[in-house]
Amino acid sequence: MITKRMLAGVSALCLLGSMGVAQAAGEFDGVTVNVITQTGAIQEPLQRRAPDFEKLTGAKINVIAVPFSDLYQKVLTDWASGTNSVDVAVFAPQWMVDYIAGGYLEDLTARVENDPAIEQEDVGAFFRDFSEKYDGKVYMKTFDGDFHMMYYRKDLLEEAGLEVPKTWDDYLAVAKALHGKDMNGDGTPDFGSCIGKKRNAQSYWFVTDVVGSMTQSKGTSQGTFFNTADMTPMVDNEAFRKGLEFLKESTQYGPPDELNLDVADTRPLFASGRCALNLDWGDVGTISIDPVNSKVIGKWGAAIMPGSTQVLDWETGKLVDCDADTCPYAIDGVNHAPFAAFGGWGGGINAASDDKVKDAAFAFLSYMTQPAQSNQDVTVGATGFNPYRTSQLSYSELWKNAGMSEEEADNYLGAINASMSSPNMILDLRIPQNQRYQQVVLDEAISRFLAGEIDADATVAVVSEGWEELTDEIGRDDQLAIYKATIGAN
Amino acid sequence: MTVAAASVVDSTPRPGLAERFDRHAGRFMVLPAVIVLLCFAIFPLIISAYLSLSRFALAPGGFTLKFVGLLNFRKLLTGSQQYHLLGKFMPFSPFAWALVTVTALVILYVLGRYLFSGRATVFGTIGRLITAALLMAIALLFAATTFSGGVPGTMVTTLIYVIAGVSAQFLLGLGIALLCAQAIRGRNFFRVLFFVPLMVTPVGIAYTFRMLADMQKGPFAPIVQAFHVGEWSWATEAWSARLMVMVGDTWQWTPFMFIVLLAAIENQPRDQVEAARIDGANGLQIFRDITWPAIAPVAATIVLIRLIEAFKIIDLPNVLTGGGPGLATESMTLHSFIAWRTQDLGGSAAVGYMLLFVSTIVCVSFFNFVVRPARRLES
Repeated sequence: MITKRMLAGVSALCLLGSMGVAQAAGEFDGVTVNVITQTGAIQEPLQRRAPDFEKLTGAKINVIAVPFSDLYQKVLTDWASGTNSVDVAVFAPQWMVDYIAGGYLEDLTARVENDPAIEQEDVGAFFRDFSEKYDGKVYMKTFDGDFHMMYYRKDLLEEAGLEVPKTWDDYLAVAKALHGKDMNGDGTPDFGSCIGKKRNAQSYWFVTDVVGSMTQSKGTSQGTFFNTADMTPMVDNEAFRKGLEFLKESTQYGPPDELNLDVADTRPLFASGRCALNLDWGDVGTISIDPVNSKVIGKWGAAIMPGSTQVLDWETGKLVDCDADTCPYAIDGVNHAPFAAFGGWGGGINAASDDKVKDAAFAFLSYMTQPAQSNQDVTVGATGFNPYRTSQLSYSELWKNAGMSEEEADNYLGAINASMSSPNMILDLRIPQNQRYQQVVLDEAISRFLAGEIDADATVAVVSEGWEELTDEIGRDDQLAIYKATIGAN
Repeated sequence: MTVAAASVVDSTPRPGLAERFDRHAGRFMVLPAVIVLLCFAIFPLIISAYLSLSRFALAPGGFTLKFVGLLNFRKLLTGSQQYHLLGKFMPFSPFAWALVTVTALVILYVLGRYLFSGRATVFGTIGRLITAALLMAIALLFAATTFSGGVPGTMVTTLIYVIAGVSAQFLLGLGIALLCAQAIRGRNFFRVLFFVPLMVTPVGIAYTFRMLADMQKGPFAPIVQAFHVGEWSWATEAWSARLMVMVGDTWQWTPFMFIVLLAAIENQPRDQVEAARIDGANGLQIFRDITWPAIAPVAATIVLIRLIEAFKIIDLPNVLTGGGPGLATESMTLHSFIAWRTQDLGGSAAVGYMLLFVSTIVCVSFFNFVVRPARRLES
């Protein structure tokens, strides 16, 4: 009994010792911090760790969860209307630009610099210098590393003598070859490809994966959404049309209700062994090693997103073959453009909250991102958090304890590293009202195209005209300047 | 005369405070309700009217509203959002021409009969012209989209939910009510059982239906696969997706029709029913000549209540399909909600006002041309 108490005391001391200077026991007694985020993954770790944080500091963390599609506006409405019932929002870095425009987000630069417990230098450069910052200031503390990747069934590919797809054409060929086979031994035919394509969900990012590998070939600062000369949408061209064709054809090799599946639906499908190929964020890797729910342990692999051997000539709008001049970053003749879709969940603080609440809120953000907590959370599929610290991106005890073999870890973390270090990485859209460009105009047009309501030419016209209309409405010069600044274009 | 009158007025004692309070008691009693109504219904209506004529933008420390006139409405009716609200038009098919022609002839006949009846009034004529214009517009909209190979917009989808959904709910509710009004064993159990769906929140129903209708993991998946239709999904076809939304809506709202119609049926004149039975009338005759005239006013009223409610459908399409595939299941309320949650508050308010115009004209017309005659039928 005494030994147990001593152990408990020592572990508590260790935990306290690992925390920042701002987090002392009882420092925030009586302070309540309202945290809002999406329902399900992301909510889970915040909710689970809130009682521990309360025991350590006295601050009560009240987690409010809303569906992903409502989160942006819920936060905006609360802050813009002056209600200010939300102290911390855990949201997408993309939305930061709109929250900053209203002056609603607290500048966290000084707080982050003065909190050694965060170990900021260990945070991946992309998240530290891009996702967390706007105009050189820190407004968000990252909890999650987000990159789109491709997942595949290693065993099925080996059995069929197929190579891991390197291009989108390869992807379709493999999906077609394996579609309809029983992949998990339950006697029912399974699917060649699983991609979330539901409207009003998180599917619109996958369009950019395919189109971007053809439009962006000369480095991140080239951009993929707009022409940096005049903010013309990069839509009315052969690359976008080929991207649409890919989405339509891949649907033939997917689950019958793929148009109504979000990533939350395709993840369990892959883990239950029903998909040969899958496109998603890093979550699928950690879900696939879950001993309780996964039927693909030891059978799966991950790779950088497929690319293209042809890229877009921006002058003519036609696709041309890759060579040293057109595809300077190509690997084996294939232009890859890994998409930092979303940019990773992170927490920001309401500038209008009371000072004491802000202190407690930052202490909570710091607590969540410190290695002691983060190293556990990024290895668990249910959290929705993926690795984002440099120390989390190589095989270690961390991954071994999570149940990932060294081979799986090399494969999975290798894919993330390859994406993060690519000089041709696509940065997500961060101009004002990017929600309307992507979640309304693009999402709606793609959904209509996949449903057969409109053809490829009409889809191109709808997206192009919709984006032009928005740009004119918000201000072309301002949007262009911000777009160029966010991708580092001259 | 003037002096005398003045002296009479002067001699009248001034009313005391209590008397004045008594005299205006009615107004005082109504005041709280008026204030609540002003705060929660009228002011938001006025503010949203201004929003529909404005463009919302974030600005340091808050937001700005720039007046843009009718731009948001123009976008919806003739501009870049026309396909979304009204749909994608196609040249009329023969069936569409027939529909439009028949509708026009019926409208002209009804209007002509009214105008030459000798009972026509100015307000009556204006009301009928407004109703006729809306009916003609709806017929043209259906003709140019649904019946000509075009793509229906959110207005047509909403009208389908309203017309088909409310009709199905009424017929099912009436049928179950007639069954439960019979002297059968365990009818109280069935009454409670049929009423349960109404107690469940619409979002709960939507999630339940989503699980039930899941073709991969749902409880009916083995049956679907056993019949070798596992390669088909209701969620990817426009009409099957709309049908699924209507099935969920019908499941929820049929009990409302059922419970009110059951009460009306049980209040029909028993002596007339018994007398008809003794005279040898069959069930259909009793229903046509006794039951229906007795329940018609109630039936018309509950259909009106459901019409008002049905125009606001949002939970089921939002949860079941997110409005997809394409725009197939998106209602006008969901259309407005999606615009709202991406900062397009002006566009959202404009869609809301379009819904208000359509639902008000439909419901007022229904009241004037169905509910009132039904009440006269009873009297």
